[in-house]
Amino acid sequence: MKKERIPSQKEKDYQRRVNEKMPKSKTFLQCVRAFISGGIICCIGQLIHDFAKLVLNFSESNVAAFTAIVLVFLGATLTGIGVYDNIGSWAGAGSVVPITGFANSIVSPAMEFKREGYVLGLGAKMFSIAGPVLVYGISASVLVGLIACLISGKF
Amino acid sequence: MRTKCTGRSSVLFNNPPRLICGSTIVGDVEAQGPLGSCFDITLEDDTWGEDTWEKAERKMFEHAVRKALDKAGLTPMGIDILLGGDLLNQIISANFAARELEMPFLGLYGACSTMAESILIGSMLIDGGYANRIACAATSHFSTAERQYRLPLEMGAQSTPTSQRTVTGAGCSILADSACGDNGQFSSIYVAGGVIGRVVDLGITDASNMGAAMAPAAADTLKKHLFDTGRTVADYDYIVTGDLGRFGSELFAMLLADSGIDIGNRHLDCGNIIFYSKQNVDCGGSGCGCSAVTLNGYLLPRMEAGDFNRILFMATGALMSPTAGLQGDSIPGIAHGVIIERRKN
Repeated sequence: MKKERIPSQKEKDYQRRVNEKMPKSKTFLQCVRAFISGGIICCIGQLIHDFAKLVLNFSESNVAAFTAIVLVFLGATLTGIGVYDNIGSWAGAGSVVPITGFANSIVSPAMEFKREGYVLGLGAKMFSIAGPVLVYGISASVLVGLIACLISGKF
Repeated sequence: MRTKCTGRSSVLFNNPPRLICGSTIVGDVEAQGPLGSCFDITLEDDTWGEDTWEKAERKMFEHAVRKALDKAGLTPMGIDILLGGDLLNQIISANFAARELEMPFLGLYGACSTMAESILIGSMLIDGGYANRIACAATSHFSTAERQYRLPLEMGAQSTPTSQRTVTGAGCSILADSACGDNGQFSSIYVAGGVIGRVVDLGITDASNMGAAMAPAAADTLKKHLFDTGRTVADYDYIVTGDLGRFGSELFAMLLADSGIDIGNRHLDCGNIIFYSKQNVDCGGSGCGCSAVTLNGYLLPRMEAGDFNRILFMATGALMSPTAGLQGDSIPGIAHGVIIERRKN
């Protein structure tokens, strides 16, 4: 039989007091920072988008791919030269959520685990943070795709 | 026969061993802190000329021991037993350093409590007649700890206000039977006794709130010790904890107040004094190196100078495992104490 560890009254009391006294994150300030920094990254994305569309005359689908490629490149480069973690500690979700944050989450473990070798180090650990996002993101998109097919009756 | 113990968990030595010298090695961030001028060696870069941080950490352990030997005027042959550990899996820093040092070696893991644990066991071995001189060492490294316990360094994530920065540092103390008559760096410092801690777990699961996980263990060890020996907090100039940090210290005082013990201004936490708060370290320092370098670099020299006469040095350890954490387990804490006294010769 599975044995659950039942928390005692002492544990519950302690945890309650810890939660009450704990220094809290400055949520409002962090939201403002995330809004500003996330907004700036999106504006840069829009600039790249417009540049591709108006100057390079790319088609709509190529414009989207081009923007993503440039932003991922920027995120990866800033991670590589040790700048992105400083941006992240100020910006929080503002620099985690955009695609540049995704690049950061792949490049940072790749840099760190290179010392354990290219196969079992870099290769194996590269997706240790982004991996779950990919697994569930792709799974969800397949599921949504199937549901869309069923609803629209295209089977 | 169990003749040198007092109560359930305290020990008092018949022939207190001397603590003859202490050495310290720190990283650059620690050297910029308030205690920066107290340390023996500062690393110019965090790999110290090695390929990896892990190799740098083992080099720190080894060189802390060698530096302490230099100060004591001893050779590796003069040390009967090497005791020590670190935070990494399989305590690789201590094991690989012990390979180079070629001393009889007992590896210890007590998370951040390793410095107190090694001095406690070392003193017991000397008083028990199993060794004349023992080297006790502990090391931790910010970058190796981050990658083992948390996220890659270049990952742009925000730290929580309760998190602490692992100290890059290694410290080594050399204990000697007082009959050896060694000179060394300290002439009048003795380890008079100690207290063996229990693992205490009040169910804290937040790995970025180690202070809260360790505070109950620290309070438990102090209460046990005072009960065992019939002493009060006033018998000590300072109760020194290892790395409770600012929030953990608050909880420590709160838990003691619950038992009617007022620690007042006799509490000193190594994690609180090793960094300036402007150094962006949230709640302070942590890691075995934190208490190891603060004890050997700052507290012992001050004791030798006569600033205080008796401290209870209680290094605190959060026995955290990322695997157990992912499986839903909480973080058990432990704290061991050693009584360090200055005696006039």
